[in-house]
Amino acid sequence: MALLIQSEEAVTDQRPPVSETLSTVSSPMVSSSPVIERVYRHRLPVRISHWLNVPFLIILIMSGLQIFNAHPALYWGDRSDRDQAVLSIRPMQTESGEEMGITTILGHKFDTTGVLGYSDGMRRAFPAWATIPSAKWLAMGRQWHLFFAWLFVINGLIFTAYAFASRHATRDLAPTGKDFRGIGKSLRDHLLLRHPSGKEAKRYNVLQKLAYACILFGVAPLIVLTGLAMSPTIDTAFPWLLTILGGRQAARTIHFVACFSFVGFIVIHVVQVILTGFFNNIRSMVTGWFLVQHKGVRHEV
Amino acid sequence: MKSERAMERRRFLKGTLGAASLVALSGCDNLTQSSWFPSILGKAERLTEAVQRGITPKNALAKEYGEADISKIFPANGNTDPGTEQYAGHVAQNFSGWMLEVVGLVHTPRSWSLAALKELPSRTQITRHDCVEGWSAIGKWTGIPVGDLMRQVEPLPNARYAVFHCADVDDGGIAYYESIAVVDCYHPQTILAYELNGASLDVPHGAPLRLRFERQLGYKQAKYVMKIELVESLAGIGGGKGGYWEDQGYEWYAGI
Repeated sequence: MALLIQSEEAVTDQRPPVSETLSTVSSPMVSSSPVIERVYRHRLPVRISHWLNVPFLIILIMSGLQIFNAHPALYWGDRSDRDQAVLSIRPMQTESGEEMGITTILGHKFDTTGVLGYSDGMRRAFPAWATIPSAKWLAMGRQWHLFFAWLFVINGLIFTAYAFASRHATRDLAPTGKDFRGIGKSLRDHLLLRHPSGKEAKRYNVLQKLAYACILFGVAPLIVLTGLAMSPTIDTAFPWLLTILGGRQAARTIHFVACFSFVGFIVIHVVQVILTGFFNNIRSMVTGWFLVQHKGVRHEV
Repeated sequence: MKSERAMERRRFLKGTLGAASLVALSGCDNLTQSSWFPSILGKAERLTEAVQRGITPKNALAKEYGEADISKIFPANGNTDPGTEQYAGHVAQNFSGWMLEVVGLVHTPRSWSLAALKELPSRTQITRHDCVEGWSAIGKWTGIPVGDLMRQVEPLPNARYAVFHCADVDDGGIAYYESIAVVDCYHPQTILAYELNGASLDVPHGAPLRLRFERQLGYKQAKYVMKIELVESLAGIGGGKGGYWEDQGYEWYAGI
């Protein structure tokens, strides 16, 4: 039988009243059966900001791919010399007249027919199911992208201010020295799909901290800065931006790489959410409350 | 029992995710087709303009490059030849009869022949052209600062926009035009260029005169300019949005 107890070690000092009557036990106990502890894991501003980012990022990524499709090649430096592309996704025609999609990365050609370059009978870099709007429509893709870019930036600024003011960033996200010493073990555990339980599950593990911190304070600001660096007006106001990024086309390339870092992060994040207890994870991101199972250990309240 | 539940969960998850993405996708397309949603999206343009104008010094110059940075091939986009009989006549005469008119809300409307314009003090700038599609090319442009022309015609206080009327028409017979704010006409890098990379502008790049408005995207750089009209409102000109591309849904403020 599982028992539920209220945590003293919740990540927050702000503890909403517990409404479930059947779940709260308030006396110390000794038990050999699993003990389930409720932890208030995510505070409201973090939850709101997190869920807003779900539609924002999906829309930004898909409308961004629409914009990319207007010139499906990437370069380094300030110019886009067509023979100097580091990546291109182009439709081609074989001698027999068959349509193909060819993706070229640093001179290496890959046949990506059906997905990239040529899909569903259309000559387009990213397929219709991956772009907003689904039809080829640069003007509308830009409208979506630039509108939601503002919302993403405003949400990000509010989150960042909150994360530092509430010490969420330093307390929960910044890895400690001890964390770094345990990185090898954590890496092995992740690869073997062994997930922390008990007390260890109450805090973010080191790889989790690094992933969140890199995305929040590395990739997210970078994608905003590289987006701004593609603006000729912003380049006039802040000429150093292109100097540090390596040129306007380099900024566009970094923007694209940062976008796919987000895609990679989202895929791994969602897989981990499913593997480590989908409903528990979703509940904690919706209500804040996370259940931690202690296997047959003595637990004092 | 347990595996059955897990399978059920998996099925539930897959179904939910699949349905959600389908709904989201067709939802986005429905919103795009609606009459009200794009007008909300369009509000971002006003915010972008206000913020960018607020943080960018009025006369800050777009970066100017060196000769070594010039693109070997400067792509010509959009219309590459107006294709009208009248324009072909001008090409045949090497644009000797080409006139630039400045009219509308000005104190003294004026017109100049191409030769007369070339007599005026010129400015040469090696700048980067950023196309809305994503590519960039660097070219050396020589032309007359639009501000100098403005000082000669003296805009009236209610003149807000300078509309550039062009010689080209699209396949549907719609005349190309573009507009910028009158204040932006006085920016030192806003020029009517007649040379690219030291040679007279060729037809694909907008001969004999094209606008260079360096702090905004490529589609603002009107080619084949015949007339500048100063107006108070853009309504009633073309589709009313301030330019050929703007009438197709592109932002009038093309700072990003």
